[in-house]
Amino acid sequence: MNFAPFAAAAWLFVVGLYGVVSSKHLVRTVLSLTVVQSSTYLVLLGVGYRHGGHAPIVADIPTKAKLVDPVVQVLVLTDVVIEATVLALLLALVVQAHKRFGSVDPAELRPLRD
Amino acid sequence: MSRRVRLLLFACAGPGLLAVLLIGLHGLPAFGDFHGVYGLLVDHVEPGQRHATDVVTALNFDLRAFDTLGEEFILFASVSGVALLLRHLRDEDEDLESSRSVADHRFAGASDALRVLSLVLIPLLVSLGVYLALHGALTPGGGFQAGVVLAAGPLAILLAGRYLALKRVAPQWMLEAADATGAAAYALIGVGGLIFASVYLKNFLPLGTSGHLLSAGMMPLNSIAVGLEVTGAFLLTWTEFLDQDLLVAREEL
Amino acid sequence: MSALQAVALLVVVVGGTAMVLVPDPLRQTLVLSVYGLALTLLFFVFQAPDVALSELVVGTVGMPVIILAALRKIAKHAAMREQEEQGDGE
Repeated sequence: MNFAPFAAAAWLFVVGLYGVVSSKHLVRTVLSLTVVQSSTYLVLLGVGYRHGGHAPIVADIPTKAKLVDPVVQVLVLTDVVIEATVLALLLALVVQAHKRFGSVDPAELRPLRD
Repeated sequence: MSRRVRLLLFACAGPGLLAVLLIGLHGLPAFGDFHGVYGLLVDHVEPGQRHATDVVTALNFDLRAFDTLGEEFILFASVSGVALLLRHLRDEDEDLESSRSVADHRFAGASDALRVLSLVLIPLLVSLGVYLALHGALTPGGGFQAGVVLAAGPLAILLAGRYLALKRVAPQWMLEAADATGAAAYALIGVGGLIFASVYLKNFLPLGTSGHLLSAGMMPLNSIAVGLEVTGAFLLTWTEFLDQDLLVAREEL
Repeated sequence: MSALQAVALLVVVVGGTAMVLVPDPLRQTLVLSVYGLALTLLFFVFQAPDVALSELVVGTVGMPVIILAALRKIAKHAAMREQEEQGDGE
């Protein structure tokens, strides 16, 4: 039972990769990347958790109380916001690809050859 | 390679990857049993040293402020990329389409209930965003959260079906200015640390009393700078993507 | 691990699998919205309120709006291309 978050993260990673590999629409590929991302959030937060730990806000609890690790939360926090814009960049590339090639099927995208 | 070959390759490689991941993750300490020293040290030392009660925000904007500088420039770069790609696309499209008049545009089907709801939501979201930005050092909050909540405020105008009102409230030059100002302000506050405390991004303002609004030195300033940048970035991304679609929709009414 | 954490983890795993298996990108966006909410709950139960706050807005509103707008742009370009081909054929 103590391994469950990490097992869930590994499963989400592989399932997300399956989504990337098997998609017929580039937007589906980008959305499956979201699932792969969230598996990394699970691993980071799972690593930093302490049984019986409080959230790392010491406004109303004594400083010596047991807190969960704050460093991994910093990593995940900035990552959540920034990956949204990176995915927006990927979607802008998908829109541009559709304009050039007329299709969003990954199998039909090939370098212009005529 | 064709889809079938991809799937075949994944059928061989996927289970192997899952097994390797599980074996690798097994080597981590058990869930709930974290022994990391740095986190423990920060938890005990930081509130006395920096007078901030939210340890995560203190790490973000003071103790590890340099990493946040890098992260916010990743944000800036990707938003610039989106703007570049989509404006280039839009210029190509305007050669093909004739201009249409878009005097008083509204969505077909935005009901009154939706408009009243967004009227209630907008001041709520904006005030929540400002609260989160200012109280980052005291309660859960900080620049990044405040930025996204503040960006959702003008988006509620879109929900009410008034896209042109959104363009008037948040014109493009203002969004670009907000984005650039936020990014530059964060870097320049670090220079203040260089001048007054001889270390880039070191906290140089008076630390105040823990728990009060004007405490923790430069953390609220950093928080506001990042909040401004994230708001500008998200609204810019949304308006870039939405721009031409809605101006054409009037014909469908 | 408490019962609440176990349930939140289960919902996240089911949501992630559902997101990959749904065939249509439009429906996938709606599942993404719910998945963002499930992740927010998970982060909250793992004692990370700051992370939950940012994931709440980004996952439920931020990402789906961008994806819907991109899908709309693609559909519009496809319609324009069809119109052009019809115009050439006449």
